Amino acid sequence: MKNTGTLQVSLPNDREILMTRVFDAPRDLVFDAFTRPELLKRWFGPRGWTLDVCEVDYQVGGGFRFVLRGPNGAQIGMRGVYREIVLPERSVHMESFDDYPGESQVTGIFKENDGKSTLTITVSYPSKEVRDVVLKSGMEHGAAETYDRLAEMLAERGKTAEVA
Amino acid sequence: MKLQGYEHATPDRLDTTFAALADPTRRAILARLASGEASVAELAKPFSMTQPAISKHLRVLERAGLISRGRDAQRRPRKLEAKPLGEANQWLERYREFWEENFKRLDALLDELKAAGKKRRPR
Repeated sequence: MKNTGTLQVSLPNDREILMTRVFDAPRDLVFDAFTRPELLKRWFGPRGWTLDVCEVDYQVGGGFRFVLRGPNGAQIGMRGVYREIVLPERSVHMESFDDYPGESQVTGIFKENDGKSTLTITVSYPSKEVRDVVLKSGMEHGAAETYDRLAEMLAERGKTAEVA
Repeated sequence: MKLQGYEHATPDRLDTTFAALADPTRRAILARLASGEASVAELAKPFSMTQPAISKHLRVLERAGLISRGRDAQRRPRKLEAKPLGEANQWLERYREFWEENFKRLDALLDELKAAGKKRRPR
């Protein structure tokens, strides 16, 4: 696939994580794939898991409910509310997981150029405290943030230490 | 969403690592140790901190397994331990891989949708 490996993960600040990915398709298709249940069910979730429950009331103030089922009866539930919708450019929702504390805001921005789409997803936590709770529970978002800092630090190998 | 492969580093270990890395001074100490081992006095100098203050940070890093003590009994130099840091980097890479795997499936779906042409788009 042409765009395989174009996914970039970075950290704009203390509370956020940013992902960018190019898709070889017009943005209305990409937008649909992120917002329509019958399409979401075909790609969303870890390998070996199925998106068994996928209810989407795609309107501002409307909610969604996902239940992913995996091997050995494992289950992940998540839910959220849509905050902002600009077809097919921008979609903002709040998101939380059944088994973990903390709520994050997820902003998706879809841009199209020459028939290709660039998707930018920003996950924001309301505060450092919430982020830390999520982080402590082992959720990947917070973990990635801390670990990205670590990666930056390691990239500075050999430099004289400074007090940040 | 939970990441697969999370078991490579135990949650407890990750908690301790996160907590140790949450402080800018401790990250700077690790960056300094990345270029070679150093005694407490040597570490305290560039930070304009007292040795007890530095020692406190070093204890946190030591508990997290991020640093250890070198052989020299007099200087008791601290050195970087690679393993937890390696696990930490793996974590970020796994996050990226997790999403990339999802997005590859999405690539295939988008190809199919394109081929099917612009059919229904209710909403």
